Amino acid sequence: MESFPSTPEELSLAITAATGLDGITHMRRLTGGASRETWSFQVGNEHRIIQRQRLTSPRDMHVEVGVLEAAYAAGVPVPRVLASSRDLVGENPVGTQFMIVTAFEGETIARKILRDEEFASARKTLPAQFGTALGKLHRINSEVPGLEDVDQIAFYKEHLRDCGQSHPAFEIAFRWLDENRPPIGRRCLVHGDFRMGNLIIGNEGLRAVLDWELAHIGDPAEDLGWLCVRAWRFGGGQPVGGIGAYEDLLEAYGEASGEYISLETLRWWEVLGTVKWGLMCISQAAYHLTGSVRSHELAAIGRRVCENEYDALLAIRELKNGKGATRV
Amino acid sequence: MSELHDPPTAQQLVESVREWLETDVFPQVEGRLQFHTRVAMNVLAMVERELELGEVQNENYAAGLAAFQCSSEAELAEKIRSGALLSQEAEVEEFVMNSVIEKLRVANPKYLRDE
Repeated sequence: MESFPSTPEELSLAITAATGLDGITHMRRLTGGASRETWSFQVGNEHRIIQRQRLTSPRDMHVEVGVLEAAYAAGVPVPRVLASSRDLVGENPVGTQFMIVTAFEGETIARKILRDEEFASARKTLPAQFGTALGKLHRINSEVPGLEDVDQIAFYKEHLRDCGQSHPAFEIAFRWLDENRPPIGRRCLVHGDFRMGNLIIGNEGLRAVLDWELAHIGDPAEDLGWLCVRAWRFGGGQPVGGIGAYEDLLEAYGEASGEYISLETLRWWEVLGTVKWGLMCISQAAYHLTGSVRSHELAAIGRRVCENEYDALLAIRELKNGKGATRV
Repeated sequence: MSELHDPPTAQQLVESVREWLETDVFPQVEGRLQFHTRVAMNVLAMVERELELGEVQNENYAAGLAAFQCSSEAELAEKIRSGALLSQEAEVEEFVMNSVIEKLRVANPKYLRDE
């Protein structure tokens, strides 16, 4: 690879060379994540998004391309993949793996969705819509190449052991999780990061589910528990994404999937999700402490680990006292 | 205890920078820079709280660990993992919860729920 197109003009030319997509305008960079860049552009009046892996990212974006195609085919509201590096023969002018998808209008910022008046009616319908979307996505039965079945307990225990820090609260949590693990259920495609921030919301409700890079094979309850982790409530008082009751989510999920998950199982996965986010906070701070990224924002996330220790211990205490199935 | 350093204290110095960010910088910036300014203000406020509380917290933590025959947090973690403290499970959980609360009193006191 000789050059890495980095200006809007260079990237537009590279996309045309790679995909034959012509007449690209309004190319601009949106804020990107740690593993990828996101740009938006137009072709005529059509809005498009291109996501491109960073040079240093170890992830295989082509797995996600397959996941998005399967989700789209199953009727889950997701961006449609229009082109990707997976289907290229020969060299890739864009430089690294990429995909071009349809863009959605709407809001992803949780604080706005939780508080702004224009989302007032959406807030009433969203918890059930989350359940329906998850029910549909857990019914995807096409084989997607490259997806791994990850045992979440084993994976995150190892994460804790290898993080170079000691966290007695998480040791207590893992002990409780081991002792109370629900029977291993059905295995299916799970999104892996289904939460406010990764969902496009309009004033009528859920428009699209984004950010499938953590998709894997797992227990369907994992996605539901993750959505209820306190970090994803963004200060909202209700457990489901800050805006809904557990029952609304579980009921809609059951109707869409035919599979009724108990509140007890959901809360077990919520505790695991809480520990998981705590461990991810350690990793984020480590990017600053050991990696090449220097950022006070990342550094500060290291001090959010204890929020998750607190939530995990509180939830365990409630569940031990038999209160967890009724209280928020 | 005598202090080598002249006033202001470390806490007062950090406070002065945080106040400058709050009054002079924050109102003048927007978007991403404003967000990062807010993060910086929060970080400095956290450091102020740690400078105020940290020393006593560390002493108490060491004393609490010693009560479980642990010379370090890592040792406590290891003993919980191995099951060596199962006979004192309730006491251990209470101690760990209290130490987490102490961490939050510095990191983010607003996060604590009324119990």
